Amino acid sequence: MEEFLFFMEVLVSGLLQGFMYSVVALGFVLIIKSSGVFNFAQGSMCLFAALGMVSFWEAGIPFWLAVLLALLMMVVLAVAIERVVLRPLVARPPLILFMATIGLSFFLEGLAQGIWGTQPHGLDIGIPDRPFKGFPIDVSQFELFAAGVAILLVVGLVIFFHRTRIGRALRAVSDDHTAALSVGISLRMIWGVTWALAGMVALVAGILWGTRLGVQYSLTLIVLKALAVLILGGFNSITGAVVGGLIIGGSEKVAEVYLSLYFGLGGIESFFGYLLAMLVLFVRPYGLFGDEIIERV
Amino acid sequence: MSGPVTPEPLPGPAGEPPRIALKAGGRPILQVEDISLSFGGLKALDRVNLEIREGEILAIIGPNGAGKTSLLNVISGVYHPQQGRILFEGQDRTRFRPHAVANQGVARTFQNLGLFRAMTVLENLMTGRKKFIRTNFFLQAMFWGPAQKAEIEQRERVEQIIDFLGIEHIRKVPVGTLPYGMQKRVELGRALAAEPKLLLLDEPMAGMNLEEKEDISRFILDANEELGITIALIEHDMGVVMDICDRIVVLDYGSKIADGPPAEIRNHPDVIRAYLGTTDDQPPPASATGDITDRAGRAGGGPIEET
Repeated sequence: MEEFLFFMEVLVSGLLQGFMYSVVALGFVLIIKSSGVFNFAQGSMCLFAALGMVSFWEAGIPFWLAVLLALLMMVVLAVAIERVVLRPLVARPPLILFMATIGLSFFLEGLAQGIWGTQPHGLDIGIPDRPFKGFPIDVSQFELFAAGVAILLVVGLVIFFHRTRIGRALRAVSDDHTAALSVGISLRMIWGVTWALAGMVALVAGILWGTRLGVQYSLTLIVLKALAVLILGGFNSITGAVVGGLIIGGSEKVAEVYLSLYFGLGGIESFFGYLLAMLVLFVRPYGLFGDEIIERV
Repeated sequence: MSGPVTPEPLPGPAGEPPRIALKAGGRPILQVEDISLSFGGLKALDRVNLEIREGEILAIIGPNGAGKTSLLNVISGVYHPQQGRILFEGQDRTRFRPHAVANQGVARTFQNLGLFRAMTVLENLMTGRKKFIRTNFFLQAMFWGPAQKAEIEQRERVEQIIDFLGIEHIRKVPVGTLPYGMQKRVELGRALAAEPKLLLLDEPMAGMNLEEKEDISRFILDANEELGITIALIEHDMGVVMDICDRIVVLDYGSKIADGPPAEIRNHPDVIRAYLGTTDDQPPPASATGDITDRAGRAGGGPIEET
């Protein structure tokens, strides 16, 4: 029994961590779905959003207002990106757009540094990263909160995609650009909306991870784990981002604890996710939930 | 082969009385003036002039590679011509982008299908209604108030089109799983859902069997007559073209070589030459060729079929 509870504790803490990976991965999925581009700047956007939010808050603006302001800032940023970066590159191959997002990534980091300085900021949103008292297993209150936020985010996105005209248009664009244009959907508008959504998701990811790690430049590195999640779950699936996050979060924690327990291996958590993703690549190159791309020769 | 041609009665798609150039006198809804389009060194369209008249069904025909789809793509804004201009309802819109063209009231279908495969039939048709839904998306997300009313109104129109096309039984089916002929029908439905002034169909019957072709012919005629939609279509099946179209434009190597009612086109010496590839000036003997109705299928790659 003791043994089982311990296992559950490891697994649950891993799964909750997985939700936090999912939130980061979601930002990538949104942009890949609408424009087929892997957005290298997603990590920088997380940092930019979190740094903005922390700075507003530290300047004495109430918490929720600071979040709202940061949200607005990300929407403005998205519109600017569509205008300045994407519009001139319309109909270029995905690789060109990818290169543009690399440039964007460094630009955003530089801009953030210019505006808010290089100091790391602590971020405490008032939910302790400590276990609840009286639970049979230790579950961090913060991780539970983060998982709740992630679930809300996913439910919100699913409703948006399936119930609204713009959501339907987004799905249409992700399905077939040319056909979407032919029914009168403006790609510019859709790109603006998706980048704004990705910016909002980046803000949520930035706040969650900023709370855990502090808002500092290494925050951009949270996207590295999201890469494994994307490979595992599929680059263009929201479901994939969630399930992929859970699988990676859960399995890496279990592997870390038990492999070091029985085989004396350490530091497995840092690479196990990638190993798993690589194995999945062999079997399903498009990820567990990604669209199977069949090319006729 | 030359000289005046008496229009012969043509059999309708389902044993209907013949339709002969009923609406030749409508005013032009779309004018293509002196359009040229090249891809690198390849001249896809060479100084093409053409008008589409209100209320008619116009066919654009020609051998493979004649520039038919390029012409359709220029009209729908996918390509912008290097030369010439396009007027829609008298206004220049040569450099409009495809979504702007669509919002003007021009709907189209694609040669190789342009459906949203992951969406259901209903959702695909709803995307066609896009320009009619104009409510706040926060309200839509909550499916509340004016948004709910607007959505229900649009759904009603879409259901009428679903009825019209006889696809009630597949309303909730993801389009990607449907057989090819059905997908073609759904694509036509999505174009009709936009209530276009001008409908462009790129080979609406390609790859269909006789029965499916008759169905689609029926829908095209009904859309034209009952819904009053002007239609321009590309089709290789000359039997169908001769039956349902009021007027035919023939392209060859990017140039327009003929323009007129079916009866005139089927015996037009240049058209026969384009399809059969004769190089001498003598038209081929009638006994060997008949008219293009018999030949075009072979030349155009489609099956030979008499409707």
